[in-house]
Amino acid sequence: MHETIVLEPGRQERRYWRDLWRYRELFQVLAWRDLSVRYKQTAIGALWAVIRPFLTMLVFTVIFGRLARLPSDGTAPYALMVFAGMLPWTLFASALTEASNSLINNATLISKIYFPRLIVPIATVVVSFVDFLIGFIILVLLMIWYGFLPAWQMLFLPFFALLAFVASIGPSLSIAALNVKYRDFRYIIPFIVQFGLYVSPVGFSSNIVPVQWRLLYSLNPMVGVIDGFRWCILGKQSGLYLPGLALGLAVTVFLLWLGVFQFRKTEKTFADLI
Amino acid sequence: MSGQAVVVENLSKKYLVGHKSIQQANRKDTLRDVIGREVRDFARKAVDVALGRQIVQGDQVEEFWALKNVSFELREGEILGIIGRNGAGKSTLLKLLSRITEPTEGRIELRGRVSSLLEVGTGFHQELTGRENVFLNGAILGMTQREIRKKFDEIVAFSEVDKFLDTPVKRYSSGMYVRLAFAVAAHLEPEILIVDEVLAVGDPEFQKKCLGKISQVARGGRTVLFVSHNHAAVRSLCTHALVLRSGFASPKQDVRAALDEHSGDFLLKATSSWRRPANTGGGPVRFEAIEVRIDGAQPRLRLHCNVSIFSEPGGKPVLLAVDILDHHSAPLMQALPKCEPFIGGTVGPHTIELTVDLPPLIPGLYALDFWIGPHFTETSDHVRQAVKFQIFDSPTPGRAFPHAPEHGYIVPSSSARVKSHRSSLNVIPADAKW
Repeated sequence: MHETIVLEPGRQERRYWRDLWRYRELFQVLAWRDLSVRYKQTAIGALWAVIRPFLTMLVFTVIFGRLARLPSDGTAPYALMVFAGMLPWTLFASALTEASNSLINNATLISKIYFPRLIVPIATVVVSFVDFLIGFIILVLLMIWYGFLPAWQMLFLPFFALLAFVASIGPSLSIAALNVKYRDFRYIIPFIVQFGLYVSPVGFSSNIVPVQWRLLYSLNPMVGVIDGFRWCILGKQSGLYLPGLALGLAVTVFLLWLGVFQFRKTEKTFADLI
Repeated sequence: MSGQAVVVENLSKKYLVGHKSIQQANRKDTLRDVIGREVRDFARKAVDVALGRQIVQGDQVEEFWALKNVSFELREGEILGIIGRNGAGKSTLLKLLSRITEPTEGRIELRGRVSSLLEVGTGFHQELTGRENVFLNGAILGMTQREIRKKFDEIVAFSEVDKFLDTPVKRYSSGMYVRLAFAVAAHLEPEILIVDEVLAVGDPEFQKKCLGKISQVARGGRTVLFVSHNHAAVRSLCTHALVLRSGFASPKQDVRAALDEHSGDFLLKATSSWRRPANTGGGPVRFEAIEVRIDGAQPRLRLHCNVSIFSEPGGKPVLLAVDILDHHSAPLMQALPKCEPFIGGTVGPHTIELTVDLPPLIPGLYALDFWIGPHFTETSDHVRQAVKFQIFDSPTPGRAFPHAPEHGYIVPSSSARVKSHRSSLNVIPADAKW
């Protein structure tokens, strides 16, 4: 028996999520395409994924650690603490940047062929995730350099990696959808990324935030993610502020819901507007 | 085997179009006007964004119905040709059917796996090799990786680019690129296939191959919707046809009937008349207006020109010449009508009715140059390419593949007789259908 597709204005596709599953191969292929194209015609290729966070870490260690003399978490080396925050932040920043422009970069695809559009931004986030995994090489080297042994908390790292992934998807979807209609958002993203780098506890420990402001500070979903990373990597040197983490989690879930909702609502007009 | 595959009911699609009003376009502005208008414009856009409305350029917004109340049904295995002039709504209809955009009103029901081919090589990436692009494009068109692997050799053989499979496609010639792209598309196996004019690509040899492939797909019992300007292709491929005219559709009918009934629509395009803009020069003897129309049927089309000439005192009598040019502005032929006595010997307006028997021209857009002068070395007025006409039908009936200008524009009538000596040769009769 044939499947029947009915197209009507305003109809919410009931089998949307099943379609999404069916198009998983396209998802793989698009992610693979972005990955294999990413460093074509560059001399040092994937090294860029390593060099950028490494240099930022050096600068932050010198400015915040040496010049401003901010305290590290416990006795952990400042550079290691910065890098533990740098990893999820770089994932978030590159995912947001790439995913937000992904629909426009794939305009020809969107105006010529049907597929669940969610595939496009999420496939680009996967690319950022691979860069993120490459970044772990530096982390391991740094830990060897400082002779820092990981503790049992390390086992929770995959959970926080997933959280970082999810935290970047929500806002990315919202902005990607808005970007199709209003190209203004193209100019807003670099600003958000730059601003967020200083607002989030990347170059410093969130322990220096006064206690009474700590919960409010945790509204930024990246605070929970970065703190979690530090807790996993630095072990007992870095305490985990649980109310903040819970709030960050709630905000992340809300942003994800909002992103998917907004995306789904405008998805069908993408081809007309792009 | 003969259930309904496609049901379309009262389908409409609306777009918003922005214009600059005439006052605004013509106004001579001071800096203050410009600033004032920009501020107003900005305020309006800000309101649009705040309300989540689409940003439209220009100061007037108009609703534009690209499709209006289109209904038809298609049974399994039927092949529907969709024809119509540029802007009639063909592409919009295909976009709606292939789920790229949402209808404003109406309903579509599709029974079966749908593949749409609105462009050759959608999603090809310049940096990737031919091999990689086959997999990428295949996935985009909805094939599984296993399917592609299984058909890979077939695809490569069809495309004839096997030597360059591991070269990035940015180094491909455009012909190779198109061949590879079509090869992937040709190996789709959907139940309902939606095809836009992807055939207008590649060299004639390859076009023929593509059409063959499509008709093979169609004969395999698939339902096909096929948009084309190429009447010959529609005639030979399709069982039924639908004519779109500025958003409205004719009822679905037999392909021959549709083409015959509506061929008048396609004989001539809109730019078939010219009038001298007011207050613009011209010599003492000059063209004022030109109108052309075509009648008859291929291969005996006739071009009728209505030419108005004005002759001022002192204007000399003139000769008239009409050049027919191809769409690259290369002259193809010149008509030198005998008019006796010479035109414009007397002062005042003159009207000339001119008829040109066109040779069997291949389908395409042609331009006309009108010239007058008292002597072939002396020009009074020359109106270049102000008037164009388009020919849609092939001069050779029953032809299934497009004509290629590389082989010339004129197809002289010809005949061939085969004399078989004993052994019966495998000769395809001249009236065989493709």
